[in-house]
Amino acid sequence: MTLSAEAPALIGTSGDSLREAFGKALSGLANEFPKLVVLDADIAGGTGVHHFRKSHPARFLQFGIAEQNMMAAAGGLAAVGLLPVVTTFAVFCLRAIEQARLSLAYTRRNAKIVASHPGLDVGPDGGSAQALEDLAAFRAIPGMTVISPADPTETALATRAILEFDGPVYMRTGRSPARRLFGNDYRFEIGKGQIIRDGRDVTIVACGVEVARALEAAELLAAEGIGARVVNMATIKPIDTALLKRCAKETGAFVTAEDHNIHGGLGGAVAEALAQTRPCPIEFIGVKDVFGASGEPEELAEAFGLGAGTIAKAAKKVIARKRKS
Amino acid sequence: MLKAVPKEATAASPLKPAPGLENEIAAAARFVRQHVIASIHHAGSGHPGGSLSCADILAVLFGSELNVWPSSADDPARDRFVLSKGHAAPALYAIAAHHGFCDGKAALALRKLGSRFQGHPHIGDLPWVETSTGSLGQGFSVALGMAMGLKLQNSPARVYALLGDGELQEGEVWEAAMCAAHHKLDNLCAIIDYNKLQSDARNDAIMRLEPLAAKWRAFDWAVAEIDGHDIRALLTTLRRAGATRDRPSVIIAHTIKGKGVPYMENIPAWHGSVKLTREQTEEALLALEMPRRQIKEYLDDPVG
Repeated sequence: MTLSAEAPALIGTSGDSLREAFGKALSGLANEFPKLVVLDADIAGGTGVHHFRKSHPARFLQFGIAEQNMMAAAGGLAAVGLLPVVTTFAVFCLRAIEQARLSLAYTRRNAKIVASHPGLDVGPDGGSAQALEDLAAFRAIPGMTVISPADPTETALATRAILEFDGPVYMRTGRSPARRLFGNDYRFEIGKGQIIRDGRDVTIVACGVEVARALEAAELLAAEGIGARVVNMATIKPIDTALLKRCAKETGAFVTAEDHNIHGGLGGAVAEALAQTRPCPIEFIGVKDVFGASGEPEELAEAFGLGAGTIAKAAKKVIARKRKS
Repeated sequence: MLKAVPKEATAASPLKPAPGLENEIAAAARFVRQHVIASIHHAGSGHPGGSLSCADILAVLFGSELNVWPSSADDPARDRFVLSKGHAAPALYAIAAHHGFCDGKAALALRKLGSRFQGHPHIGDLPWVETSTGSLGQGFSVALGMAMGLKLQNSPARVYALLGDGELQEGEVWEAAMCAAHHKLDNLCAIIDYNKLQSDARNDAIMRLEPLAAKWRAFDWAVAEIDGHDIRALLTTLRRAGATRDRPSVIIAHTIKGKGVPYMENIPAWHGSVKLTREQTEEALLALEMPRRQIKEYLDDPVG
């Protein structure tokens, strides 16, 4: 028997995914940020930082499959003046969340956590690998900034922004090929949501992969004569309350959409902000407090009610609620 | 940039400690024990057992081994000390007060609202605390990150982490142990306060640690085993650890929980969550050679 001399092709590392956009951006920013070091737990091929490993091997720190140690060690690296970026899958960030809490957030370290493979977007690896709780969990940590960009362009811009930002950040990327939504003129700012399509009947607030689906939903609604505004809320914490307040005033109804449990993530953040400023009806699109399953991301989105059709339906429902109230 | 301070500036050669150094350290350790008892009495809660067992280790580190003083507390080239067993905070505050990093009287406000001396050390309150601890295992990983980062920046500084024995039951400790050896972090030194007792009972009854030295050897650390109350042994072993190349060092320091207060020694009940009555406190301070008049001053003064 002979073995093939060629290594097997890695599945999913190619293509226009957010993780690849992140990995390439990080590599490109390395010279500009000389203190930057990248921490990996043996999944560089999956998180996109294989680009950095290749371009800056001396600043690529291997921790082996031991995320708790890696997360806390980032606190030590930051303490001696380096700029650590911890990279792993979102689900393993949950494994090391107490280390992020004590050794990064409580200590106010300038360290970044960038998690690939969030939500149903993980696909065939199934329920065990699909983190649907990370936004809620990291959002509950004092001083932690939480970001979930929507496309490769925004991911690259957000990568620069988090390196420029002083303080602990949790950022989601994504596993699957993503649609390009933004052009080269797009600007990203931490803490600012953006109206990427206007409308006056309802506001759809989305993050991550759900932004593309929200835009699709807006198209479906437009065909029925309904004007849906779409807000890309890439920063979940601190949430852009001023923008939400304005949208409440101008549209009076909301749908939130996220590849995450409906509890505690973007929907929770939006509801908290609106309840305290300008209460109005909200419908929540997300995974309804269950675990995920194997399947292709688009199949899963349909099966779990995260598709454009479901968002459009929720929009009509919330508009009806607005009219009744 | 880096301002390395030569070790010779603070201590004599390991084999011939400077005349008086051992006595100075012994006096510092006695002060630490007294302060631990007084602060826990005032606080109405705290962990005396594990604070008393590590007093000599802390006294040696701060009195001789560490290149850090209040005036160099933000020097990038300073040595780092991490109290991974964060519940021994009263002992850390006491040795820090002894060396002028903080005010000893203020540190008597241990665990009180508005005090910077929380139940576990917090860098947000006390800048000279190198990192916040209190969740076992994490301080050790942070120390590893510091050692790795200092090496990357070609710093001469060393990093010391003090771990409890019960703490070694945390899986994260062994993740860090494997990682430090893999990366050949010879600027990292772990010291284990091996007092054989943990919160509820003896280590043996809760989760056996032995063979402990063999475990560390198997993880490819340079291992030394000493009496953790023997000041000369601590001095020489720490100095030898500093000369070890290509491997991290661990010092397994055999100690007595509650050391110095006879009624606490080797009794698990004095691990934590204890209230020290006035009578218990006086008895402890007398055992720790505090004069009666000073005891009265210590205990009668309002705190905070």
